[in-house]
Amino acid sequence: MAERVGIVGIYQTKYEPRKIFDSYPELVFEVSSRVLEETGLTIEDMDQIITNSQDFWDGRTISNRTVSEACGSVLRAESKVTMDGSFAVFYAAMRILSGCYDSCLLVSHCKMSEGAPHVINNAMFDPLYQRILGFDELSTCALQAKRYMYKYGVAEEQCAMVSVKNLKNGMTNPHAHRAMNVTIGQVMSSRMLANPIKELDAYPVTDGACAMILAIEEKARRWTKTPVWISGMASRLDSYYLGDRDLAEVASLELAAKKAYQMAGITNPRKEVDVVELSEFYSYQELLWLEAMGFWQRGEGGKIIEKGVTAMDGELPVNPSGGILSGNPVTVAGAIRVAEAALQLMGKAGKHQVDGAKRALAQGHCGPCGQGQCVIILEGGR
Amino acid sequence: MRTTARRSKRNVAIVATGQTDHRSKRPDVNIIEMINEAVRRCLADARMTIEEIDGIVIGNMEHFEGIFFTEMWSVEGAGSFLKHGMKITTGGTTGTSLALAGYYHVASGLFDTVMTIGWEKQSEGETTAGLIFQADPLWERATMSGAIGSFAASAAAYMHKYGITEEQAAKVAVKNRKNALNNPHAHLRMDLTVEQVLKSKMLAYPIKMLDMCPTSDGACAMIFASEEKAKKIYQNPAWVIAGVTRHDQPFGGDLQMVVNLRTLRSATEEAYKISGIKDPLRDLDVAELYEPCTFAELSWYEAAGFCGPGEGGKLIDSGATYMDGELPVNPSGGVLSTNCIGATAMIRVAEAAIQVMGKGGQRQVPNVKRAMATGFGGSWWSDVMILSKTP
Repeated sequence: MAERVGIVGIYQTKYEPRKIFDSYPELVFEVSSRVLEETGLTIEDMDQIITNSQDFWDGRTISNRTVSEACGSVLRAESKVTMDGSFAVFYAAMRILSGCYDSCLLVSHCKMSEGAPHVINNAMFDPLYQRILGFDELSTCALQAKRYMYKYGVAEEQCAMVSVKNLKNGMTNPHAHRAMNVTIGQVMSSRMLANPIKELDAYPVTDGACAMILAIEEKARRWTKTPVWISGMASRLDSYYLGDRDLAEVASLELAAKKAYQMAGITNPRKEVDVVELSEFYSYQELLWLEAMGFWQRGEGGKIIEKGVTAMDGELPVNPSGGILSGNPVTVAGAIRVAEAALQLMGKAGKHQVDGAKRALAQGHCGPCGQGQCVIILEGGR
Repeated sequence: MRTTARRSKRNVAIVATGQTDHRSKRPDVNIIEMINEAVRRCLADARMTIEEIDGIVIGNMEHFEGIFFTEMWSVEGAGSFLKHGMKITTGGTTGTSLALAGYYHVASGLFDTVMTIGWEKQSEGETTAGLIFQADPLWERATMSGAIGSFAASAAAYMHKYGITEEQAAKVAVKNRKNALNNPHAHLRMDLTVEQVLKSKMLAYPIKMLDMCPTSDGACAMIFASEEKAKKIYQNPAWVIAGVTRHDQPFGGDLQMVVNLRTLRSATEEAYKISGIKDPLRDLDVAELYEPCTFAELSWYEAAGFCGPGEGGKLIDSGATYMDGELPVNPSGGVLSTNCIGATAMIRVAEAAIQVMGKGGQRQVPNVKRAMATGFGGSWWSDVMILSKTP
């Protein structure tokens, strides 16, 4: 990318299963005001605001209307990306690259505890042919997990290893809420949700919000000593009907990753990326997404996790934050991946810091079985 | 208010548009097919194939049809298969938010050709129920009555404050629906008299049936292109000169609504500054205003600076905004003639572009050099885009 957009500041709420004392606007106000405060800026410094939420999850038509005062968009430019948060980061950065705006406050929120996940996720399927089958995110992802395991010979235990790793990583992340030391056996014997996905293979219901400040290069340098640059970003959508796809293949992610690598000048991602934050709503997804992004050959994911390549002390730490399995709300999840990846490059990841991380990859997805994919490459250094 | 938006670094042009023929019900097509109809018409207008489009930006109001992740659901109809895709939704302004997104996509240098699609199939949902869901569940929802109630209350205040009459409002309905007779895509195409409007069924004083926009099924698609591509696609494209957004507070009680749409005032002031417009009535050649009801068009004249505060009624009386007036407003027939919500604001931009490109057929205003399109929605929010014949 010819011009650079920098991430200047980040603020996340603590993620919790049920934030009964905070309404959506209160969550949004907390992260919006704190990110400005911590960066030493005011809302006057922000040329625009991008919000990220879902009418379905909020139970509110025009969900950004609810939070306009909380995010400071009164008599200002604001727009809402109604997808995963990674796409919202993409849009915010793009609007800055257009030259129309110098800076952006990005705010993403979701309170899963106030919605009915099955009903909401069932609504993404075709009303005539598919909804009646009872499809939701969990049941269709179980189909994808089965197909992936069958086609590439990945074992349930290998998927469980992702949960073991990420839940343990989460113990060093103060924002995570389901962090724990578990064994493969405990994951395997946790409650079956939809074969082969068990309770500890699946993300927990979570409430929370995340805010970020982005700016043109000149302002980013002025506003922080630790800017993080977006050096590549791409998204792709696959076909909608599950029957039209081989669920073990993720063409949208392959293409998005390829494009993002090309923009960032990456030819060998395994060697050239230092840390990955990806969206594993279910444990199998971490293995599948990493293969699709070309970190290693198809079908190698199981062996890779066995060898500890993606562990905190491995060659390529994946989800040092504990990932979505440790508790991130949907919609916000992709923005949190970008935020956590940026924190690594700022050297502000605290106890889950990967030493010397210079380049990071963040990935987000939405739609049935990862239909829409977004990949963002970040680089540290002034 | 300080200026926040600037003109983009790269020049961006609108090179093609495509619309369905909007109707109250389209039982002959499903939503995907309806979207596809607009996409194909847009590609035909550009003489392009879907392979030549780098990305798709789409939006609608999800609660109206009850479908979650509509951007995923509509991939096959929209043509976004294995392409960059994005969904932007902002209520009534969704269409302009999408058009602005098309502009930013290309202006960023990351894309050369981007298609934007807005759509709504209101016959397959319950719009008023969907609209009521925007109200705060504790404080506002019990008294929220959809669109008509808030327009009625604030239109009455507008009449009271400035002495605007029901007859003056009725003239807007007569003008716009007559203009729609020249627009093959319009839903309500009617040759009305002021008398007929005044005698139409009272919905909520002072709003009568013919003062209000309809509910329509329809879709609109547009193609935005970089300067290099635009020149190859269409020799006389509509260049985007300015794009401005203003949002406002969530609670209706904090806002003056129809009396003084401060978001439109603020947005137009900034858009005029960016595009060097001093006197909009003189400097603009045509405007497509998002007028959800007749009274709103009069009030928006004031907010957009076509006349002074309270002078909206006098402006329509003068004939300045008719097809042969100084600044024709809504040659397409406007929202009073067509309202497929996720597409409505985009149709304003598309129609303004059509005027600049000289493709208006019977609704063409002669010699259009500069056009304005506005979007309205959310909590009395406004978007403004200024298009020009020259980059």
